[in-house]
Amino acid sequence: MDFEAVIGLEVHAQLLTKSKIFCSCSTEFGAAPNSHVCPVCCGMPGTLPVLNKRVVDFAIKLALATKARVNPVSVFARKNYFYPDLPKGYQISQYELPLAEGGYIEIEVNGAKKKVGLVRIHMEEDAGKLIHDETRPVSYVDLNRTGVPLLEIVSEPDMRSPEEAVAYLKKLRSILRYLEICDGNMEEGSLRCDANISVRPKGSDKFGTKVELKNMNSFKHVQKALEYEIKRQIALILDGKEVIQETRLFDVSRGVTQSMRGKEEAHDYRYFPDPDLVPIEIDDNWIKEVAETLPELPDAKKERFIKEYNLPEYDAEIITSSRKLAEFFEACAKALPKPKLISNWIMTEVLRELNKEGKEIDETNLTPENFVELLKLLDEGVISSTVAKKIFPEVYKGANPAKIVEEKGLKQESDEAALEALCQKILEANPKEVEKYRQGKKNVIGFFVGQVMRETKGKANPKIVNKILTRLLEQ
Amino acid sequence: MAITKEEVKHVAHLARLEFSEEELETFSEQLADILNYVAKLNELDTTDIEPTYHALKITNVYREDEVKESFPTDEILGNAPERENGFFVVPKVIK
Repeated sequence: MDFEAVIGLEVHAQLLTKSKIFCSCSTEFGAAPNSHVCPVCCGMPGTLPVLNKRVVDFAIKLALATKARVNPVSVFARKNYFYPDLPKGYQISQYELPLAEGGYIEIEVNGAKKKVGLVRIHMEEDAGKLIHDETRPVSYVDLNRTGVPLLEIVSEPDMRSPEEAVAYLKKLRSILRYLEICDGNMEEGSLRCDANISVRPKGSDKFGTKVELKNMNSFKHVQKALEYEIKRQIALILDGKEVIQETRLFDVSRGVTQSMRGKEEAHDYRYFPDPDLVPIEIDDNWIKEVAETLPELPDAKKERFIKEYNLPEYDAEIITSSRKLAEFFEACAKALPKPKLISNWIMTEVLRELNKEGKEIDETNLTPENFVELLKLLDEGVISSTVAKKIFPEVYKGANPAKIVEEKGLKQESDEAALEALCQKILEANPKEVEKYRQGKKNVIGFFVGQVMRETKGKANPKIVNKILTRLLEQ
Repeated sequence: MAITKEEVKHVAHLARLEFSEEELETFSEQLADILNYVAKLNELDTTDIEPTYHALKITNVYREDEVKESFPTDEILGNAPERENGFFVVPKVIK
């Protein structure tokens, strides 16, 4: 029997506001424990929450970017449960009237486009952080994160494979970052993802029993956890056993999901409207105001890059996955109308450095000016591509390419007479290889080019060297 | 409307309360009485009436996104039975 997976994701995105959602404490990450806490966020009796307007602005932004309907009236609700990271004994969230409903995110997997529907987008407060002691039976509570604003984005169960789930998550992250409302850092927990997953015989329109997966802190974890869970559930069904509805945690070190024991009783959150907060009314003017601040979004930018710069879809996809990188590309393409050359270099040299350091382009010292100058030197034949690649790490660190070329004397040798003399010398020094070439092993020419490049420390113009060598060898 | 002892137990557990058998008995009767009293409201026809989400008529009360000073950690931890290095210390919870 063929099976298919049915996956829905619940994503929590920490918002990039300066202050918390209901009080003026800072949201800064990494501060000393319990140093960003006040009576409001630690739930002292007699305090009252006051909503941070920017949270609503940010939520409307995401709703508009995903074509979701913003509800004209939105209400906060209390979600009641006891846990040491939740000082009030309830989380302020939204239940009956969330900020927005509907909408979709478009993904593409193996060339197939698909819209993943959204159920809702709502605002809520984050809980504190718990650190468990390894040796003593205690946990440590830090309430700095308590009250940091979150958006919860709930998808429809529209995804059918781990690849689709990862594509959805990546696209959502990219949109959040384009909107500059969330930094999308999964390792630091500013973007968190839970999954609901079930399997069913392919073609069936009934849902199987779903399992909730937690503790997936990277795209790779999401992929692995879902893959494992699909296999586990199919094996159970083929064995004639039943899938139990439960919450399972992804065990990173073993690559498996494990039942979360002890929390088996059904959730009973007893939601009710929070009497401490008045309803929010969002009229067309407010929506219009926010709409005016929307940037060009990843999909639109990608289409434009394909049309305007003639980039292959693959290049456009990668370059527009980050708004900063796309802006960097565009700044370069305006100064040097060689978009494919720029994109080739971004996708290899630049991304290699960025990935190595885990940085965004604007967090580095690489400026469009220096980058364009380097590519111009290359494009005009002043330096060889070997030299260009060799000095790129310095340019990346902020050095001026023209200056490096000047100081180190790296200008490409294009003087044919000088190069011919050198080629002659190298052919004479390697009679065996010359013989091989003449016997038909034409690819030996690569060896000679390499030798010339070595002699000239990469400065020789490889095109001219190739031409000269071919002429000399064919004589 | 009748409230079973099991339901009282469940609600009590959610509030982390423990009751004796007698208390469960008493409360199931009392809770049923309360609910029956309030159930009177169900007799009203509310078909075209908007739900009341808040007793006050006002909406849209905000603050701007500005950071103000938090409380000193010492004061925040002031009521904690146990603390260490700026953290509250609680019995271990395994998630």
